[in-house]
Amino acid sequence: MASAAGEVRLIGAWPSPFVLRPRVALNLKGVEYEFLQEKFGEKSELLLRSNPVYKKIPVLLHHDKPVCESMIIVEYVDEVWATTGQAILPADPYERALHRFWAVYVDDKWFPSMFGIAKAETEEAKAESAEQAWAGLKLLEEAFEKLSKGKTFFGGDTIGYVDIALGAYLGWAKVIEQMTGLKLLDEEKTPLLAVWAERFCAHEAVKEVMPETEKLMEFAKMRLGK
Amino acid sequence: MKAVVLLDFWASPFGQRCRIALAEKGVEYEYREENIHGDKSPLLLQSNPVYKKIPVLILDGKPVCESLIIVQYIDEAWPDRAPLLPADPYARAQARFWADFVDKKVRRCSPCVRSMSSIRNTAFLVPSNVFTHQVCESAKKLWTPKGEAQDAAKEEFIEILRLLEGELGDKKYFGGDAFGFVDIALVPFTTWFYSCETYAGFSVEEAVPKLVAWSKRCLERGSVAKSLYDPLEVYEFVKKIFG
Repeated sequence: MASAAGEVRLIGAWPSPFVLRPRVALNLKGVEYEFLQEKFGEKSELLLRSNPVYKKIPVLLHHDKPVCESMIIVEYVDEVWATTGQAILPADPYERALHRFWAVYVDDKWFPSMFGIAKAETEEAKAESAEQAWAGLKLLEEAFEKLSKGKTFFGGDTIGYVDIALGAYLGWAKVIEQMTGLKLLDEEKTPLLAVWAERFCAHEAVKEVMPETEKLMEFAKMRLGK
Repeated sequence: MKAVVLLDFWASPFGQRCRIALAEKGVEYEYREENIHGDKSPLLLQSNPVYKKIPVLILDGKPVCESLIIVQYIDEAWPDRAPLLPADPYARAQARFWADFVDKKVRRCSPCVRSMSSIRNTAFLVPSNVFTHQVCESAKKLWTPKGEAQDAAKEEFIEILRLLEGELGDKKYFGGDAFGFVDIALVPFTTWFYSCETYAGFSVEEAVPKLVAWSKRCLERGSVAKSLYDPLEVYEFVKKIFG
C-alpha cells in the first residue's frame, strides 16, 4: 500500500539492528517510507526534536508524529496497517503475551551476552559470554519449537514479532562469528534456529535491508578502531 | 487452584501493577504469596523457568510473566471493560513508550540488594530487564547514605521524576481522563518515595508537586488503594534490607 510522500519517514542508520526492525515491519506491510539516514557521530536536529528523551534511532515519523523504541514502532506499524499485509503479532492474547515475553528476553538477556562476546577483553570473559549466549539460544530454540508450531518462523508461516526482534541481530551475529571464530548459530547446538536464520535473512522483507556482513565488518573496524 | 492465580510478593511494585490491573477489570483471582525468606515454590519455578521471579499470572494453568506484559494481557483477555490502553494506535504507542520509560529509569532507582548472593530470594526486587550490575550500582548509590555518589543518584532520580511530571502535565492521569497503562506502571513506585526521601534527604513533593498530586488521585481509586501498601510499611521493609 503506497503512502503519500512524506507521510511515513524513518530516522535511522543502516548498521543498526534496532533500525532494521521497523524497516522489516514496514516492508511486511508494503508501506512506502522515506529513510532518513543519520550522519555518523552527529545527531540531526530532527532526531533530537523527535526523540528528546533518549535521542536515539530509530524514530518513526507518521504524519510528522514521532514513535520511538524499535519494538514499540513495530507494534504501532502492526496496528496502524492492521488490514494490510500480514499480522505481526498473533490475535490470541495468550500467544501475544508469549511473543512479547520472548522479544523482551532477546533484548534484555540475549543481546547483552552476544554483545559481551564482542566487548570481552580476555579469552576467559569471551568464553563466559559465549556460554551465556549459547545458553540463551538454547532457550530460544525451545521457544521457536513452541511458537512456530512446526512452521518456518516464530510467527508461523509468516515473519512475526519475535522473528523481527531476534532476526535484527543476525547481521551483527555474523560479524561477531567472523571476528571471534566462534559459531553463534550452530546447527549442532540449535538446529532449528540455524535454519530459521537462513530463512529470515532470505525473506523478501528482510534481504534488501539486512546489511551485508562485509560492510558491517568494515563499519565495525572503522567505528571501534579494531 | 482457581482459574486465575497471581504468584506475587506483597511489597513488589511489579506484582502491584498486576493487582491493580486485575482490580480495574473486576477479575476474581487467587493471590499466592511467595515466601521470599524461604525457597521458591515449585509452582513459581515451573511457571517462570526463565527468570524464576514473581509476578506470574497463571490463567487456566498457562503462565504469563513480566509485569507489563501481564498488564497488557489482562487488558486484552478482558476487553469488554475498563480499557487499560487507549483505542488509538498513536496513543497506545505513547503509553507503551512511557511505561517502558518507567521500567528503564524508575526501576533503576528502586531498592536493590547490596549483593545478589547475600540475601536469598529478594530477586523480585531486581528488575529482570535491566543489566543487574547497573541496577545494583545506581540503587546502591541512592540508598547508601551520604557522599557524592548519593547526590548524583538523587539528582538523576529527581530528573527522571521531572521528565515524568512533564509528560503528565495538567492531565488527570497520564492517558488523559482515563486511568491506564502508564499510571499502573508508575503508581506502585510512589509508595517508595517516602523511603527514598528518608534515605537520600530530599522532598519528592517539593521537586515534583504535580506528580505527587497525581499519585494521590490514583490512591482514591479502589483498585490502587487496595493493592498498595502504606509508605511507612514499605519503609520498615526497606530498613530490613538496607539497615
